[in-house]
Amino acid sequence: MDLLAKVAAWFANPATWSGPDGIPIRLLEHVGISAVSLLIAGAIALPIGLAIGHTGRGAGFAINLANLGRAIPSLAAIGIVVPFTQALDPELGFSLYPTVIGMVVLAIPPILVNAYTGIAEVDRDLVESARGMGLREREILRGVEIPVAMPVLFAGIRSAAVQVIATATLGAIYAFGGLGRYIVDGVAQNDNGKLFGGVILVAALALAAEASLSILQRVLTSPGLRRAEPSSAAAP
Amino acid sequence: MPELASSAATVEFRHVTKRYDRGAGSSSGTPGAVNDLSLTVPAGKICVLVGPSGCGKTTSLKMVNRLIEPTSGQILIDGVDAATREVNELRRSIGYVIQQVGLFPHQTIAHNVATVPRLLGWPKARQQERAEELLGLVGLDPGRYRSRYPAQLSGGERQRVGVARALAADPPIMLMDEPFGAVDPIVRERLQNEFLRLQEDLAKTILFVTHDIDEAIKMGDLVAVMRTGGILAQFGPPTEILTNPSSEFVAQFVGTDRGLKRLSLARVADLPIRPPVTARPADPAGQARERMNADPFPYLLLVDEADRPIGWLDQHDIPADGVLKADRATATSPLLNKRTTLKDALSLLLDADVQAGILVDRNGKVQGLVTAGMIFDWFREDVRDVDRDRPVPAEETAAAAVRA
Amino acid sequence: MDWAWIGDHLGAILGRTIQHIQLAGIALTVGFAISFALALVAIRWRRAYAPISGIAGILYTIPSLAVFSAFIAITGFSILTVEIPLVMYTLVILVRNIVAGFDGVSADVLEAATGMGYTRRERLTRIELPLAVPLIVAGLRLASVSTIGLVTITAVVSDTFGGLGFFIKERPFFLTEVLVGAIPSILLAVLADVLFSRVQRLLTPWSKRVAQPLLPEAAT
Repeated sequence: MDLLAKVAAWFANPATWSGPDGIPIRLLEHVGISAVSLLIAGAIALPIGLAIGHTGRGAGFAINLANLGRAIPSLAAIGIVVPFTQALDPELGFSLYPTVIGMVVLAIPPILVNAYTGIAEVDRDLVESARGMGLREREILRGVEIPVAMPVLFAGIRSAAVQVIATATLGAIYAFGGLGRYIVDGVAQNDNGKLFGGVILVAALALAAEASLSILQRVLTSPGLRRAEPSSAAAP
Repeated sequence: MPELASSAATVEFRHVTKRYDRGAGSSSGTPGAVNDLSLTVPAGKICVLVGPSGCGKTTSLKMVNRLIEPTSGQILIDGVDAATREVNELRRSIGYVIQQVGLFPHQTIAHNVATVPRLLGWPKARQQERAEELLGLVGLDPGRYRSRYPAQLSGGERQRVGVARALAADPPIMLMDEPFGAVDPIVRERLQNEFLRLQEDLAKTILFVTHDIDEAIKMGDLVAVMRTGGILAQFGPPTEILTNPSSEFVAQFVGTDRGLKRLSLARVADLPIRPPVTARPADPAGQARERMNADPFPYLLLVDEADRPIGWLDQHDIPADGVLKADRATATSPLLNKRTTLKDALSLLLDADVQAGILVDRNGKVQGLVTAGMIFDWFREDVRDVDRDRPVPAEETAAAAVRA
Repeated sequence: MDWAWIGDHLGAILGRTIQHIQLAGIALTVGFAISFALALVAIRWRRAYAPISGIAGILYTIPSLAVFSAFIAITGFSILTVEIPLVMYTLVILVRNIVAGFDGVSADVLEAATGMGYTRRERLTRIELPLAVPLIVAGLRLASVSTIGLVTITAVVSDTFGGLGFFIKERPFFLTEVLVGAIPSILLAVLADVLFSRVQRLLTPWSKRVAQPLLPEAAT
């Protein structure tokens, strides 16, 4: 397969691994900005989501936000910001800021909504008995609700992580670096080796992120919470 | 009027066995095995299958409509092997009620009830008519319920719809698997009573599964007690099971309060009528005194003009002459009617801590009194009757004939 | 906001909007047909479900830009490059929701239906399908919103496609044009969401709550 050969050649080429356009730098850019965006989004979304879930107020807002968040095309999320940030800083305002802002905006809904539903789905009896035992609201949240809601919470974070990595990839359209750079450049330069190399790298990164967060989730979830799959067998 | 001939069939289990490859499972939900079950249910009778979980009662039930197929043996309906009939045709001729009811949530109540008639191709008008008729039969106003959806009904209402749905095509057999298990005890009691009244008119052959021995005793004309492993421990009328449990298992399962359970089978109507000494307020005391001396019961019952009870007068409170005074009467006792079970009557007497309850008719008019002693007497007589009526084994009669 | 520009380009805007709807529509129709078939397979042969779901899950994780670009190398700049990935992404959402829809039919309803004498086919069409519809429509709702969003990214593939995404990317610094691309595409997605929501309500007169779809990312 000609394509395979081209890709292999691209990876084999030492130039691919060196310099500002080298894989290590690009990878670092991609991972770095993803991590930062995820943290920012988390810092915003988690407290709000947990608060809504714990108090029950603003649930409607949370649901509508989720729907709206899904309705925003990722390209639009970045694209809308560009004219504004570019006026502030012609360089970074084009390559960096819009991408970051787009990533944060798109990462907020999944984290917030899952934080809310995760907490809301915690058995109310559990919360009440904790309250009855004298635990304060914050202690209940930290000691009971969050641990029990961990799987759902983490699903939201994983979803946001995947979203963030995908959006960072898109940022390459707007001169951001990262692994998306190879894809966009590959198309422009008609270099299939680079293009597919980028595709493979991006896919690998996304899958690796999903996998490692899965493992982290399992580590952080108490063994007592691993539920069996409910089965609904059809009658003969 | 019930059409007995067409609407009840006999059901016979003939050496029916069900085996599963991995051995009999007895965790709740997993069907257990059934082992060589043989019994016959005559037409028009309720047969209750009762036993601990894992005893195969539900499995046996499901073999009748072939939701589960027997490993060996036959199930005969009016003499015809169920296995030889086309399975869907068979199921459409059997009413089936399960614990969770399984009403179709996306259909209205009327639609749900008319399910089997619709499957059988009845004309629309007749389906509708029948649905309304049945809703009325189970105590639900058709006008109010026909267009509602299952989610809008309470548990008790849903159970009734389930029964109506099972009766829709007038099947000769009904299978009921813990039909009243999912509702609270008050609703359950009401549903049981209403169902028994319904059966008085319909006289269908019913196989009823329950794990509750009290329900079995109450509902069954015949009771089949099964044990873990799918073995039939005893089969007979409830009185028989209570008076003569055939094994330690049955005795244990029935419970040490067998006596009390038997009391729940009899009603105040079964007791002899024993009128109390009654008098109206302002009646002459002297006469009352004389009548009291003739009666062993130490209290006189004051009644009003309609013969309704006011209160008891202790015989020492009856003056030698003058008139009776109502203000000296103590509070009256529990009121019972003819249909009150002896068990409930005894319970009421204990609760009220009195010597006698008062039997009244529909208008509240005094008919007689009921004492704990009378109940105990009935019990003793009943035991004697059951023993006397029990069929005697062949050798005994032969020996008796020889001796005679 | 440069209203004059908008006035001048109304034709193009309309054209791109129609293109956007078309591209999404094709993907959803084809995707639904394939998903339904796959779902029926997965229900019949339970063992097939895990791999189908697994592959779908992996697919969803891969950023769409990568997938679209990869297809350029395979199918060039044709409409296939746009539609095949779009269809793939709808599969991810729809298969899971269709299966979940059927799975959601309560076991006692199924038992009652079988016990009363419904044949297998009657049971499927008259009981299971109607009861599965709410979740299926919820899945369609999710898939349509997602697909409308993804169509914008196809603007990267080539200028002939992209629907409204074309306007977002063409002159990145020109706010008016960017908004002309962004706002209508958001509105389209919201419209689809509301429409399917209505349909869902209409098809389930018996239920008080609106069924929430399974999200493409793994639940736990």
